[in-house]
Amino acid sequence: MFILKFMIAAVVAIALLPSVLYAQSAEQRGLEIAQAAEAYDRGFTDFTANMVMTLKNRAGKTSTRNIRIKTLEVEDDGDKSLSIFDEPADVKGTAMLTYSHGLEPDDQWLYLPALKKVKRISSRNKSGPFMGSTFAFEDLSSQEIEKYSYKFLREEACGDWQCFVIERIPEYKYSGYTRQVAWLDKEAYRLVKVEYYDRKKALLKTLVVSDFNQYLGHYWRPGKMDMVNHLTGKSTLLEWTEYQFQTGLTDRDFRSQSLKRVK
Amino acid sequence: MKWIALSVMLIAWPVLTPAQEFSGNIAVEALSFSQPGQFPDQMDDNLTLSFEPRWTGGWNDGDDSWSAEFFLRADNKDEGREHADIRELLWLRVDGDNEWRVGINTMFWGVTDTQHLVDVINQIDQVEGIDGEDKLGQQMIHLKRYQDWGVLDFLVLPGFRERTFPAAEGRLRPQLVVDTSATTYESSDEENHVDYAFRFSQTYGDLDLGVSLFKGTNRDPQLVPGLDSNGQNVLIPHYVQMTQVALDVLLIVEDWIWKLEMIHRDTDPSAYQALTGGFEYTFYGVFDSDINLGSLVEYSYDSRDEAERGVFDRELFVGARLALNDEQSSELLAGFVVDTNYGSQTFRLEGSRRLGDSWKATIEMQLFLDIDNNDPLAALAEDDYLLLELAKYF
Repeated sequence: MFILKFMIAAVVAIALLPSVLYAQSAEQRGLEIAQAAEAYDRGFTDFTANMVMTLKNRAGKTSTRNIRIKTLEVEDDGDKSLSIFDEPADVKGTAMLTYSHGLEPDDQWLYLPALKKVKRISSRNKSGPFMGSTFAFEDLSSQEIEKYSYKFLREEACGDWQCFVIERIPEYKYSGYTRQVAWLDKEAYRLVKVEYYDRKKALLKTLVVSDFNQYLGHYWRPGKMDMVNHLTGKSTLLEWTEYQFQTGLTDRDFRSQSLKRVK
Repeated sequence: MKWIALSVMLIAWPVLTPAQEFSGNIAVEALSFSQPGQFPDQMDDNLTLSFEPRWTGGWNDGDDSWSAEFFLRADNKDEGREHADIRELLWLRVDGDNEWRVGINTMFWGVTDTQHLVDVINQIDQVEGIDGEDKLGQQMIHLKRYQDWGVLDFLVLPGFRERTFPAAEGRLRPQLVVDTSATTYESSDEENHVDYAFRFSQTYGDLDLGVSLFKGTNRDPQLVPGLDSNGQNVLIPHYVQMTQVALDVLLIVEDWIWKLEMIHRDTDPSAYQALTGGFEYTFYGVFDSDINLGSLVEYSYDSRDEAERGVFDRELFVGARLALNDEQSSELLAGFVVDTNYGSQTFRLEGSRRLGDSWKATIEMQLFLDIDNNDPLAALAEDDYLLLELAKYF
């Protein structure tokens, strides 16, 4: 009798197995989209670009920062990146080096030209504003898969494209967000929009990304990123120009002690 | 003569070389003391001008580059403070894992905020500030070599720069004026003594470590009472030789940054040890704002007998650093230094804020609150000051 019950249970379980396998959870589907997006962008090796940051306050008053970015892809770890400040003039020559490490704290150094000093800094300040802008440090940092848990929400049109809409919940410490909702286009996983929800779960900021161009016949990079803070009414527009890929950068170009001589 | 030579250089430099980058700042500084000076002739306030131009350029696909940075201070009242300096005049060659630097350079070693024990390559430009962070350019041949297991710095330092001191009109000086025209040296090579330095540094995860060695002329002079050419009582700088072994460590643990600098200095009249260590704990985004508030504690110790010790011998610093993280990058650092031996207390505040896109306002306040008569700071007891600087950057 017991054996019979067991056999029936086993048969039922085997019969149901395929549907269990196919009825993929929203979490799995969200993760797969994030993995596909990362896989699509893998292999860029390195890139450099110029970034003009225009900060606009509620009254419409603007100020600008010019920053040059160099990024090196690192296998099995977060990217290495270097930001060199050209404007405003009082911070000209300042350089920030980041070794990102996914869930582990990033290593970060700052070169201060006035003191001629390379200073190790804490990467703990993830939710703080970058250069007084509406972008937080975490918004501009390397986006490794393990930094979030994911959930597929829906598919919908996003401008001319069809998008996956996924929820991302930060898994790293000290995030200023409880969750993010991200729109990625179905064709090339371009991140076109992100909504950021603060610790009180209210919509804090919206990022709209546009003017994409394709490089090396594969990799897409945006020309514009506009981040609006709904709470303060401030916004920041990042305009990216002069993208160059596979420029021959190596680990040698991302050394804390070389910060003083970066150009 | 110095001024003429420098003016010619300033004009000729960009003409002779195809300058590719020009930057720098010009600043006006207003300085006001709250009380008359303790000593005759000392000024009560001052308005001065400084200019710091910088040129850089490169060739050979960036493997070779040059940089030049000058500093000029025009001061009508204190002729000790009116000075010009070449902070940098350097040729840099990058060759794989080797970097060669030949010329004049200014560098910074170390991690602590209140005292810079490890930082002995450059002479201090003391008339520019009592915090030891303004420095004179040093002649050097410097090889930096990167290894997987660390970075090695080898320095040969031909020639020595004397520390700058205020003249009779200047404040923040000893009772007797320092006469730099009569400087003496332990070494018979005097200011031409060739010094050597070496440093090993490496990052181990959250820890940055540096070990350094220095052999040569001690940048910190002994001030010996004597007579100047007019028979006046003055202090005469005497520079002795030293060998220094130093360690600097910085460790980041979440919201904490731990810092330590330690030295063993073998010099005349005695070998001694000194250290500065402490921490910085930061509260990020206080009161749900963008503001970061850091608390700093540092302690300094010096093993010498009381009579030989410097200012930072038994000092405890407790301070706060405020970063508004606003568009103007507004920052404020303030703190008390208490001498646990003499009980003397000083207060210091430094703040800055960008104005518009290319101006910056700086405030600095130094108060000597309760200075014991035996403290080396006694000569500065009446020198509470407020400094405002407005700088235009380009």
